[in-house]
Amino acid sequence: MKQIFARPASLTGKNFHFCPGCHHGIVHRLVAEAIDYFDLRERTVGIASVGCSVFLYDYFAIDVIEAPHGRAAAVATGTKRVLDDRIVFTYQGDGDLAAIGTAEIIHAANRGENITVIFVNNSIYGMTGGQMAPTTMLGQQSTTSPYGRDCQRDGYPIKMAEMLAALEGPSLVARVAVDRPPNVKKARKVIRQAFQMQVENKGFSFVEVLSACPTNWGLNPQQAVKRVAEEMIPYFPLGVLKQKDVVDVL
Amino acid sequence: MSAAKKVFLKGNEAIAMAAINAGCRYYFGYPITPQNDIPEYMARHLPEVGGEFLQAESEIASINMLLGAAATGVRVMTSSSGPGISLMQEGFSYLAGNELPALVVNMSRQGPGLGGINATQGDYFQAVKGGGHGDYHLIVLAPHTGQELYDLTIKGFELAEKYRCLTMLLGDAILGQIKEPIDPWKPEKTAGDPDREWLITGARGRQPRLIKSLYLADGEMEKHNWRLQEKYRRLAAEDVMVETRHTDDARLVVVAFGSMARIAKTSIEQARAKGLRVGLIRPITLYPFPTATIGEISRQGARFLTCEMNTGQMVEDVRLAVENPGQVEFYGRPGGSVPTPEEILARIEETYQD
Repeated sequence: MKQIFARPASLTGKNFHFCPGCHHGIVHRLVAEAIDYFDLRERTVGIASVGCSVFLYDYFAIDVIEAPHGRAAAVATGTKRVLDDRIVFTYQGDGDLAAIGTAEIIHAANRGENITVIFVNNSIYGMTGGQMAPTTMLGQQSTTSPYGRDCQRDGYPIKMAEMLAALEGPSLVARVAVDRPPNVKKARKVIRQAFQMQVENKGFSFVEVLSACPTNWGLNPQQAVKRVAEEMIPYFPLGVLKQKDVVDVL
Repeated sequence: MSAAKKVFLKGNEAIAMAAINAGCRYYFGYPITPQNDIPEYMARHLPEVGGEFLQAESEIASINMLLGAAATGVRVMTSSSGPGISLMQEGFSYLAGNELPALVVNMSRQGPGLGGINATQGDYFQAVKGGGHGDYHLIVLAPHTGQELYDLTIKGFELAEKYRCLTMLLGDAILGQIKEPIDPWKPEKTAGDPDREWLITGARGRQPRLIKSLYLADGEMEKHNWRLQEKYRRLAAEDVMVETRHTDDARLVVVAFGSMARIAKTSIEQARAKGLRVGLIRPITLYPFPTATIGEISRQGARFLTCEMNTGQMVEDVRLAVENPGQVEFYGRPGGSVPTPEEILARIEETYQD
């Protein structure tokens, strides 16, 4: 019998601790599939960030360095500069990358560091219990914006992909979503291309993944994916914002 | 030590040359006075030996780049001064928790705040007592000449690797800027053991490895902390460095480190010429502190005069080391004012007569 579906070899098989309806599990799988596709597991170093995804070291069967909050892109820079024939990726949430780590991500991107960045944007701080993130939508309630995010007080949800696409350094900047199967398939393709960029030494690749956090949004999983489609995607448009030449492997 | 021709270098350049000769091939840093000769030397000379210099966007970034490189086991360094070192405290704590070896140079400047760039020793507490969060220590080395800057840079890498700790070389503008003849000897060992079981290299043909400092399971964090303390205990037992002068018959012992010790060396010779039985203890490792040496000499009944270019920081450790804290006097000049040997001599004479 031909096997057509299996757990990626780059995942350990340990059960995810993520909440029901959380999209980290899907994004983890897509990253692991990309690592498997190019047979990179034994030469990949993952940089874990601070947030719900810090435990990726339990789930990925690869070497991992845990970075201080927001500093994953700087840590990855140091690792990649030494191990330039290895594959180095960061996996960061919106608090980590778009608030405390803004300087590090902008300058890593601008240097065109040959690393891959997976940016999970679920518009809220997950691990600390649902505080306002830089990507929290206007009007969205969180534990630190209990009356809704107010642009007068809190500014606007920050569009990281657009900001980074404006720089000369990056080779690939894209935004995808994993709210429904067609989007998951597109996300799979773009994440694979992001790793391909690095394999081919083409420089900095960045994939923003719009994701749901049902627990901290106070929604059930179905309502949460609906919110991704109806509230987040219109403000954070999907697509490849910038791409230097790369052979399409699909 | 090889018999090499001496070279005439600024202290900062001596550090950079020593690091390259010790096998350091990666430098990450951000400009700040009075240590810019170090990154400038590295930017020029690292590419010549196949190394890499990278100017970071901040000291926060440079210490984290260092973290990412140190996890692979290579010799890597950064350097900064006061405000930049403050920004690196977060990284120091993580390097300690992650048990990563590396070298950081603090050519300190005055504070608090933006301060000034003259020589000072106001960063003693920050260097020795921590500054980042958690129960940890750096190995802190305090050179007082150009040659010692060179030698301790090499030693710093070796100690960092021996203990999986961050070594800080603590200097100031006097040491960094004075030009002196240096013997640019080359150590035999220019890299850590490539078979260390924690190196991050990609999990080829082996189990994946993890560098982390997060321990949430009950009791794990305490265990990790006790393990760190055991390293610090071993460090204190095996690697304290201290210079003593004229302490055998001394009635008064000056305790000073770095630039201040260099000035005080003149003062104690002046005192000896006047027939005063004055000695010197110069801690070379500020952490681990030469507590035993000071304690032993204090039991000879000597009095102590701790001299620092601050308002009294190391003096606390001297008081803890002596038999009777009442034996210890303090002389200090903060804020970048450097005393002359005669000023220290005057204070020695005054204390001696008491």
